[in-house]
Formats: sequence, structure tokens, C-alpha cells
Amino acid sequence: MQNLIDNFFAYTITGLTIGAVYALVALGYTLVYGVLRLINFAHSEVFMYGTFAALWVVMLLGGRPGAGVGQVVFWVAMMFVAAMAMSGFIAVLLERVAYRPLRKRNAPPLIALISAIGASFVLAEIMGLRSRITGWVGLDDNLRDYVRNSRNNAGMPTIIAPQPIFTIGGYHVTNVDVFVIVGAIVIMIILDQFVKRSRLGRGIRAVAMDPESAALMGVNRDRVIQVTFLVGGLMAGAAAVFYMLKIGITRYDAGFILGVKAFTAAVLGGIGNLRGALLGGFILGLAENYGSAVVGSQWKDVVAFVLLVLILLFRPTGLLGESLGKARA
Amino acid sequence: MSDPTPPTTGDEPAVERTLADPADEVTEINPDVDIAPEDIGVPVVSEGERLLEVDEVTLRFGGVVALNEVSFHINKGEILGLIGPNGAGKTTCFNVMTGVYQPTSGGVRYLGKPLGKRKKFQITKLGIARTFQNIRLFANMTALENVLVGVDAHHSTGVVSAMFRLPKHRREEAQGYARAIELLTFMGLDGKADELARNLPYGDQRRLEIARALATSPQLLCLDEPAAGFNPAEKAKLMELIRTIRDQGYTVLLIEHDMKLVMGVTDRIVVLEFGRKIAEGSPAEIRDNPAVIAAYLGVDEEDAS
Amino acid sequence: MSTTTSAPAAPKKSSPGFRERVDNLPKAVKIALWVVFAFFLFLLPLLNIPFITTEGSDFGGVLFTVATYVLVALGLNIVVGYAGLLDLGYVGFYAIGAYTIGVLTSEHAHMSWVVVVPIAIVVAMISGIILGAPTLRVRGDYLAIVTLGFGEIVRLTLVNSEWLGGAQGISDIPKPPGLELFEVPSIDWSSGAPVVDLGTTSTFLKFGINDFVPYYWLALGIIGLVLVFDILVKSSRVGRAWEATREDEDAAELMGVPTFRFKLLAFALGAAIGGLSGALFATKAGFISPDSFQLLLSILFLAAVVVGGAGNRWGVIVGAIVVAYFPERFREFADFRVLVFGLALMLLAIFRPQGLLPPRRTVRAKRADDRQAVLEEGEAHV
Repeated sequence: MQNLIDNFFAYTITGLTIGAVYALVALGYTLVYGVLRLINFAHSEVFMYGTFAALWVVMLLGGRPGAGVGQVVFWVAMMFVAAMAMSGFIAVLLERVAYRPLRKRNAPPLIALISAIGASFVLAEIMGLRSRITGWVGLDDNLRDYVRNSRNNAGMPTIIAPQPIFTIGGYHVTNVDVFVIVGAIVIMIILDQFVKRSRLGRGIRAVAMDPESAALMGVNRDRVIQVTFLVGGLMAGAAAVFYMLKIGITRYDAGFILGVKAFTAAVLGGIGNLRGALLGGFILGLAENYGSAVVGSQWKDVVAFVLLVLILLFRPTGLLGESLGKARA
Repeated sequence: MSDPTPPTTGDEPAVERTLADPADEVTEINPDVDIAPEDIGVPVVSEGERLLEVDEVTLRFGGVVALNEVSFHINKGEILGLIGPNGAGKTTCFNVMTGVYQPTSGGVRYLGKPLGKRKKFQITKLGIARTFQNIRLFANMTALENVLVGVDAHHSTGVVSAMFRLPKHRREEAQGYARAIELLTFMGLDGKADELARNLPYGDQRRLEIARALATSPQLLCLDEPAAGFNPAEKAKLMELIRTIRDQGYTVLLIEHDMKLVMGVTDRIVVLEFGRKIAEGSPAEIRDNPAVIAAYLGVDEEDAS
Repeated sequence: MSTTTSAPAAPKKSSPGFRERVDNLPKAVKIALWVVFAFFLFLLPLLNIPFITTEGSDFGGVLFTVATYVLVALGLNIVVGYAGLLDLGYVGFYAIGAYTIGVLTSEHAHMSWVVVVPIAIVVAMISGIILGAPTLRVRGDYLAIVTLGFGEIVRLTLVNSEWLGGAQGISDIPKPPGLELFEVPSIDWSSGAPVVDLGTTSTFLKFGINDFVPYYWLALGIIGLVLVFDILVKSSRVGRAWEATREDEDAAELMGVPTFRFKLLAFALGAAIGGLSGALFATKAGFISPDSFQLLLSILFLAAVVVGGAGNRWGVIVGAIVVAYFPERFREFADFRVLVFGLALMLLAIFRPQGLLPPRRTVRAKRADDRQAVLEEGEAHV
């Protein structure tokens, strides 16, 4: 407990940065759940592919520590482009391959979840076996740096050196911290406005509210679902960039724990509720950091899972309620 | 009738059975089969006394008032019709009576005692059973098993009894099979006991739902639009069936759109509109009630014929 | 089950299939067939049948692994197949069973194996109730995530708890007390034809460190008991209540089924069988560590149930054999097994959601029919 009091701001800032990543990934769960009433179990892999895209583009562009500001801005911009493109692509692919065929057959939700679990493992394993796969097509020589030790951690050069910008309660808040927190909030405001104001956003809300009426009103449900997956993927891609800037290491199974936590954040805020995902992400990030300060950092993940069980027990509709469409009956 | 042959004999050779071709069969009920409710340990009130009272029940969903101070009662042994235009709150009323919703205010008294916050399965055990507007059978279980689940409501076999095939298990299984077969025979479904519920024709599914509800030996049987999707001949048979069920000792609450059917079979009718009770009385009184005609009959007459 | 019947090809209409034909055999023949089949399974590790027998790894050990998967699949089938609850944290119960053995026979006490196994079952069952009581009230799809979290909590607790041996785990788990009743010779195929080899034998129920065949026999016996339990419970009020809950929870509740109680029961029984499998695993391995209980195992268990056909006990046995045996037999592809099972789950979900061997409800239906005929006959005689 003393540890938490002494380093309160350190834990707070760390909690907010990781919370921002949770929140962005949580948006993907929330959006898909809103329109399909389905837990997109494989969304964690959408995020994981984003981290690799961000990593690879930095490697490709020769990213290194200590470069000039213009160079760094360019690299970060390219990270966003690559990660969001990759995650968006994987999310849309996932919808086409794993979910759409089931929807056409009116499969029960349990079957969709099983398909999603299968897809999740296929995606993770492809990344974990990437050196073998490139070996078959004879590309392993050219891609050696990108695929070697494909079961191990892959680290990214620190292209933004953490510089303290200001100090709060004895903790030096770095440029990376500020960039991640502010960046995540800005992206979420953009998304919120998109869903509220754009034609496609209205379509998403219409399908979430009542798929059949929406279809009668001329909303193309398949297209809306595709856009929903795409948007969720773009958010996960952005999250992947922030994650790589802050953490800097990824692995083929990096998505799993993070995915479960992001889902926890979505449930915490009220699944289907965009602002809930933001709130849930930050609260979860703070809670697990405060919690680990008290009981020890090795229990961090346990704190998050226990929180999930407690929410489901006492407030299964989350803090802000389920409201992309309407609360479920 | 209730032959106690244990159902799990197994060593008899398979018996050749000729199943009627579903194409040419017409399901006829066997009204002579005794399906009277079994003693389920609730006090049995005598004919004509109040079985269930709905007392100023109000139910709100957010700002929507689904039921507004609705009061009526059901007498033992009668067939009560609950009618009203779409969205009048009939099914909602059912749901309050069977514990699906808790009323915002007011309450339901059954056998003189408030139902309170009892769970759905507890209310069923007390003797209120229902069918569903949109059929909700256990689709991947056989007709017989569907009915057995209903009979099981009053059984208590658990893992231990089942595992060691204790006398309780044997007794309950034998009794359960006997009653289930009686009910299926009564409904004319005895030839289809082994068909999966989802493979039954529509009319049989409706009848199976009634059999499953009867299996719980209810004091009060609530039927939610049992004639939906029936042709006139089937409707006539259903009226017959409902009367026979009553004659076997059940009290029936009937939600129905078809005026001819409701007028022909019920003893009394309660009319709801927009969550309020607007009339109550004998079929003749209801037929002549101007408020009812305005609210309901005028609208529905074309498709009621 | 082996399909070696050389029954004359009957006209198609009157012989609906293998299962029905077996069912129609006289009871004595059925029992005899079962005895022969059980005897075959008993001898399987010593027959050294070419092609089936694994080259690289000890076949007795492989068969033991397959047997634990079968046991796990039978337990998980109660939860997923019968009651329709998606449990992604089943490995948690498996770990709890294994660690109960480890803690009570090696790490903190030296109790007898015979006493500890029932304790392991009970501990796993209680943890199932503790996890299930709060979570089974929530929506089905949430349950999947909560159980997933539970599996990870168990593993992280094992890693971080020094009392439980931490990341090093627990070693020196004692062997169960054995009997030395008789020797079973093996078959040698090196000459191209089967020859009884009296030099290489397994001792019936001597639990050593080199010969894993007795562990396989132990597991086989336990599978038999669990199967009987499964069959008896499934064909009772309990089994019907599970199925009704799976089919339509609200309707089941309105037909008088206390659904929550039955879901909790399924969860607890599944947990107990999971704990039992874990206990067996720990017994044979002699050493356990958190690494043995990765989340991946949960997914493989689930794959066994879904691939085989959730709800059909014979189906999930086949599924468990597929999931556990093929990677051992085709070791060169072992790296790809997760990929392959992931693909299999996706393809099955799309093309055959009911699994390889879907529940044989028609068979059950036929039996119900016969029972009814018996009842009617009884009536006619009155």
C-alpha cells in the first residue's frame, strides 16, 4: 500500500497509457458486439498483426534511435499507415472467412464463437510459423530479419526516446506517455463523430438497434458489418502503434492477454457502448496498475480477470450500459 | 392405464412398429384417455372458487406502461379468454403471471397467496403452466422427451439416484413414462413419440407444446395463441381439445386473436387495450360491448373469419 | 469402435446403419462384443501393430496421453455438449487436480495416492462450483471469456505462488501403490509376422518409471467407470434437464427446470472429471509445472469435443483420439498442430457444426419407441 502512495503518479500515468491501448482495442469488440451480438474472439489477433506491421515498417525504413524530428514524424506516420492497413485488412478478412459464411447459415452464437476461436489460433500460428512459411516459398533469405525466431519476442528500435516533459508528484511524464494518451483520445473523438454523423455511422447504429428494420429501410447489412469490422480493425491498428511506441516488443501470442483485457474493458464500460469502451479502458488500466502496486506486479493480470468477474456479477451491463443500439432484453 | 412396467427393459427384441405415413395422417385426439392433473401438493380448490387473482398489476418498461392497473380473476374450472388488439399487453400479462416479469406495482395471488418474487420454475411447480405464442419446444429432443421434461417438474431424481439407479429413479422414470405416453396418446401424438420435436408438422408442434405444459400437472393452463396458423378445421378441433382439457379437470386461460374461437369456447372474457382492462364478461356481453367493438372487433373482423 | 462386421448386405431400407444393427443384436452377443473390444483395448499397447504404433515415442505413454484426453473430453462434453456451456478454462480444473496430487503427496504432505485422488476430484469440483456460482448467471457468451480468464488466473497463481512450487513446479510425485498380479507379453513384428515375445512384458499394475503401459490400463479403467456414470446420469431426469436448458433456457425454466442448478451441476461434474484427469496426468508424469497447463490445452480439449461432436459421448472420444494421437503419430507435423486444429474448428463450424459424429438422437428416439411399445403391450394385457 505504501508503494502505491509513494508512486501514485507513476502508476497513474502507466495505467492511463496502457488503458488507452485497451480502450482502442475494446472499441473493436464493442463495435462488432453492437451490430452482431457476437464476441469477436479473434480481434486480439487483429491487434497483434498491427503490432507486427508497425514493427516491420520501422525496420524497412531503417528506423533507429536518435533521429531528427522530421524523420521520427515520418516513421510514426508510416507506422500508423501500415498498422491500420494491416489490422483493417485482417479484420475484414476475418469477417469474410470466419463469420459471413456462418451468418448465411444462421448458425447459433456458440458456433460463431468456435469459428472465431479457430480463426484466432490460425492467425496467431501463421505469425508464429512465419519463418517456416516463408521458407516454403523460398523467401526466407530476403525476409530473414522479419521472420527469424518467429516464436520469440520481436523488439522495435526506440525511435522516440522517452524524454520527460513535465513532472507530476515526482514522476517524470514523458513525451511518449503524452502522445499515447492524447493520441488515443483524439482518435476516439474522431470515431465518435464518425458514428454519430456520417452516413455509414448511422447505418451502424441502425443495424445495432434493429437489423430487420434497418434492412427494410434500405441499409445494406453486409456492408455495414464489413465497415464495422474495418473500423474496429483500424482502431486496433492505432492501438498497435501506441503499444509498440510504449512497450516496443511483440510476439505471435501478444494479442491473447491484451485481447482478454480489452474485452474486459469493453464489458466494464458496457459492451456496445463506444464511450463506455474509452472509460472502461482507462479504468482497467488504472485498476490493474494500482492493484499490482498493492499486491505485487506479478498479479497484474489476475487483478484484471478478477475485476472482470466482479463486473459481470454486480453490473453485467457495465458502467455506462449497453447502448450502441439499445440495451438487450 | 398406469402400468408400472419399468421403461428400461432393454432385453426385449426390437418391436416392429408401423408408423403412419405422415402425409395421410390426420391427428385426432383421444379424449377418453385420463390425463387429469396429478396431485402436486398444492391445495385443490373446488369448482367455481377463485384460483388466481391479478390485482391492480402495473408494469412499466422505462417510460412505457405495458400494463396499467389490470385486475381480473380466474375461477377454478372455467375457460377464461384474454383478448385485445396487438400490443394490448396480453402476453405481458402472461409473463407477469408466470414470473418472467415482476410487476412494478400490484401483484398476483394464486390460491389466495401472493406469488411474490418466486422464480419461474417455482411458479410452474405451484401449478401454473404455459405455452408460447411462437413455439418454443426443445427442438432437438424427441416428443416424448419434451413431455418428460414437463413431468420431471415434480420429480427430484438427482445425480446420485440416477447413478445408482436407486428406487426413486426407477419409480419416477416409470411414472413419468406412463404419464408422458398418456398425454401423447391423448393428443394423438403417440405414434410420434420418437420424432424430434423440430421434425413434427406445425400442428403437432402446437399440440406437443400443450402436452408438455399439461405434463407439469398444472392447476392453471395458459395457452398463448394456440390457434395461430391453423385452418378452420384445425381450429374447430382445437376448440374441442380445449373443452376436453377443461373437462379433465384443468382451468384454462386462453389468449387468442380468433374471435370465433374465443367466443365459442370461453366461459368469460377479459378485454385489454393499451395495457388497460376495458371490459369483462360473458362472450355474449363482450360481443355487444361498444367499447370492445370499437377497440377490437371492427379492426379484426376481416382476418378473423 | 471397430467396424469389422461382415453382416450380409441387407436391403437398404430395413437396415438403417451400423449402430442400429449392433443395437438389434441379442444382449449376450452385445456383451461379448464389448468384452472382446475391451480386451483389445487392454492389449493394444503390447500388440505393437505396425503403422498404428508410434515410432518415435513410447506407445504405452502415447496411449496414456490419448486416454487422459478421452477422459477430459468426456468431462468437458457434459459441460459443452449436454448443458451447452462454453467453457474455455477447462485446463484450470485439470491443473487443480494435478496440483492437489502434487501438494498432498510430495510438496507439503506425503499422503497415500489412493486417498489423494478423491480429494483432488472434490477440490476440482468445489472450484468449479466457486467459479460457476457467480458466472453461470451471466450470458452464455460472457461465460466463455470468464472461464478463459479463470484458466489464466489458475496458471498465473501457480507461477507466482512459492507455496505451490512457483515456476519450477512440483517434482517427485510418488507412484501409486501397485500390484504385481501377472505379466502380459508383447508381440514382436520384426520378422514380418506377429510373434509372441515373452522377453518384453508389462506387469499388470506395477507402476514403474520405464513402462507406461500400466498407467494406460489405469486410465482405461477410469474411462470405463466415467463412461458408465455418464450413460446412467445422461439417461435420467438430470440429462433431460441439461438438454432442455441447452435447447431453450427460458422455456426449460417455465417447464419447471431449475436451470441454474442444473448448469451448476454440469459445471461441477465437468470440473470433477477434469480434476481427475489432471490427477492422472500428475501421477504418470511424476513432475508438474505451470508450463504443463497452458491455455492452449483448453483449446485442444475444446477442439476434441467440438471436432468429435459435442453431445455425443462416442463422438467426443473419437475427437479426443484425433486431437491427442495424430500429433504423436505424425510428429514431423507437430509444429503445425495448433494451426491444423484452428483450421479444423473453423471448417467444422462452417461445414459440419455438429461435429464428426453428431449426437445420435435417432438412436435414442428408436429406443424410446421400443419402450413405448413395451408399455402399450403391458396395457393390452391388463
